[in-house]
Amino acid sequence: MIKATPKPLEEIINYVKDFNKILVAGCDGCVTVCEAGGMKEAKVLGSALRLYFTQAGKDHEVVETTVTRQCDKEYLAELKDMVENADAVVSIACGCGIQYLTEMYNDKIVFPGVDTHFMGINADRGIFEERCAGCGQCVLASTGGICPIARCSKRMLNGPCGGSEAGKCEISKDTPCGWHLIYERLEKLGQVDRFTQPVDPKNWRTSRDGGPRVIIREDLRKAEPQHGSAHS
Amino acid sequence: MRLQYPTDIHIIKVPCTGRVDLFHLLQAFEQGADGVFVAGCLEGDCHYMHGNLYARKRVERAKEILAATGIGRDRVEMYNLSAGQGTRWAEICREFDERIRNLGPSPIRFAHEKKAA
Amino acid sequence: MEPKTPSRLEKIMAAGQLGVTSEVGPPRGADGAEIEHKGHLIKDYVDAVNVTDNQTSVVRLCSLASCIRLKQMGIDPVLQMTTRDRNRIAMQSDILGAASFGIHNMLCLTGDHQTFGDHPMSANVFDLDSVQLIQTVKMMRDEGKLLSGFEMKVRPQIFIGAAENPFAGPNVELRALRLGKKIAAGAEFIQTQCIYNIPKFKEWMKIAVDKGYAEKAYIMAGITPFKSLGMARYMKTKVPGMDVPDNLIDRLKGVPKEKQADEGIKMAIEMMQELKEVPGVRGFHIMAIEWEEKVPELVKGAGLYPRPQV
Ligand code: SF4
Ligand code: SF4
Repeated sequence: MIKATPKPLEEIINYVKDFNKILVAGCDGCVTVCEAGGMKEAKVLGSALRLYFTQAGKDHEVVETTVTRQCDKEYLAELKDMVENADAVVSIACGCGIQYLTEMYNDKIVFPGVDTHFMGINADRGIFEERCAGCGQCVLASTGGICPIARCSKRMLNGPCGGSEAGKCEISKDTPCGWHLIYERLEKLGQVDRFTQPVDPKNWRTSRDGGPRVIIREDLRKAEPQHGSAHS
Repeated sequence: MRLQYPTDIHIIKVPCTGRVDLFHLLQAFEQGADGVFVAGCLEGDCHYMHGNLYARKRVERAKEILAATGIGRDRVEMYNLSAGQGTRWAEICREFDERIRNLGPSPIRFAHEKKAA
Repeated sequence: MEPKTPSRLEKIMAAGQLGVTSEVGPPRGADGAEIEHKGHLIKDYVDAVNVTDNQTSVVRLCSLASCIRLKQMGIDPVLQMTTRDRNRIAMQSDILGAASFGIHNMLCLTGDHQTFGDHPMSANVFDLDSVQLIQTVKMMRDEGKLLSGFEMKVRPQIFIGAAENPFAGPNVELRALRLGKKIAAGAEFIQTQCIYNIPKFKEWMKIAVDKGYAEKAYIMAGITPFKSLGMARYMKTKVPGMDVPDNLIDRLKGVPKEKQADEGIKMAIEMMQELKEVPGVRGFHIMAIEWEEKVPELVKGAGLYPRPQV
């Protein structure tokens, strides 16, 4: 799921300090799981903003809410009245949710309340780790199920580089070398001979490098009546 | 034995300090508390494993938030003591009461009173 | 092996002689004369001179411009190219530019991660990795095509080099397999990481010989003399993938500070003499970091002077 962290409170206060009616909008999706933008965090942020405004002697009205997902129009529509009533919105959904909310309520000022980082897993309580970089053309089948794009610091397809040492990446002793992990796994699978075959340059067009991406799944699209159908 | 402790401390009992959430602490300030302390069991003695350790982390986080909002980080604190340490309890209460008196009323209470006036 | 390019280094090694290369690190400023000065110090003692490409991710005068300067002095440069900073468009363009100046050697590298250098906040390119850069150069030279498939009228003539680190993880077998992969991709000469752990290097070389890799590419042993005990310690603890055995550190410890540099040179010469006898070693790559003036002494000491004329 998407991993985010709350922005520093000082930064958020700085965004909203000149507004009076503020809506803090959380999301019950990914950001709830990583405890950055769910109802709990919305309540904390709302409370903190009220404390700030009160001690600063400023009139204010801070309201907190969440929706099931901010990346869906249907759920964002539920916010209509609350958004209309606010001067500014702080969205603590991921970067997608924040933008979609902005898109739906185009005349409202919307501020981000979290920093969105990556797609990852919950390794332990409070530890989130990146696993996939969304390259759009998954190579896990040939790398023992370990992603070289997200887990090698140089996104190499022919690793490990010469900086791999004792299982760690050259960038830090705290970072496992993705290619070391791939090696261990392929050895277990009896597929070490994969290391003798050069892997050709990757087509990054399916990744961010190709520009903003859109997926159109015809099989999922709304069924539209054909021209010249029974209704004509 | 009746131990003397300041009477304007309002006590909220919870089964375990692990139950105290960040927003509970903040809400107390919103409602005009001048200071809040969380009194948990001794570290390592939590009946629910680590409740008191989580509470400490939340108190730390509350300190950051109170600092950023201009309330001040010293108005919230975490203490650990066992149920049998009555004297220690009284001592903590006096100590915290004194700290808060030195800090003066919370700016929130100030603002509320000004509004009411 | 028949030489495929006009590279002097290739011709010398193809004739069965030990090749010798060294490197110059360009300055962190626009002083082109410094490169020429360093080039002069070593020019008669080596067959070709590598120019590093923003090594350790620190911005320096570019490798290509430095190579052109060396070429104009009559030195055969080895253009080092890392995939860290440029995508395939920029790299292929630089390869064509280099070839247009008669630069006939390249060393294809992935490069150190940018967090090591003076711009840790920079974007991370790595469009290709070293193996894919080797493939690219080979395709350009042998098929006359860019990665896009576009056919060129004039092909670059490049002797293709790669680096390999026998001492990096996970183990020596995999490092040998990766050497094999680079050769399969098109690498014709290999310059190894600085060798200090000779037994481990021999282990790696043996696999390379047994698997037939050593016949398919010229393996040049990497040599970096220690300037001081401090440097040896730094290499051991701070440089990723560097294997410095304790006995070398102890040997330096055993001599007074002012004699450590001489001892370092002596140790490097002894190592070269020992490595000359290791089956599969076809030359030396001397990386005398900010110590280029010592290259003549090392080459002479190892009995590799004068250099053959081709
Ligand atoms: S290969 Fe691509 S899609 Fe597969 S896990 Fe890695 S980044 Fe994600
Ligand atoms: S050490 Fe491993 S993870 Fe780090 S850049 Fe090299 S191959 Fe990639």
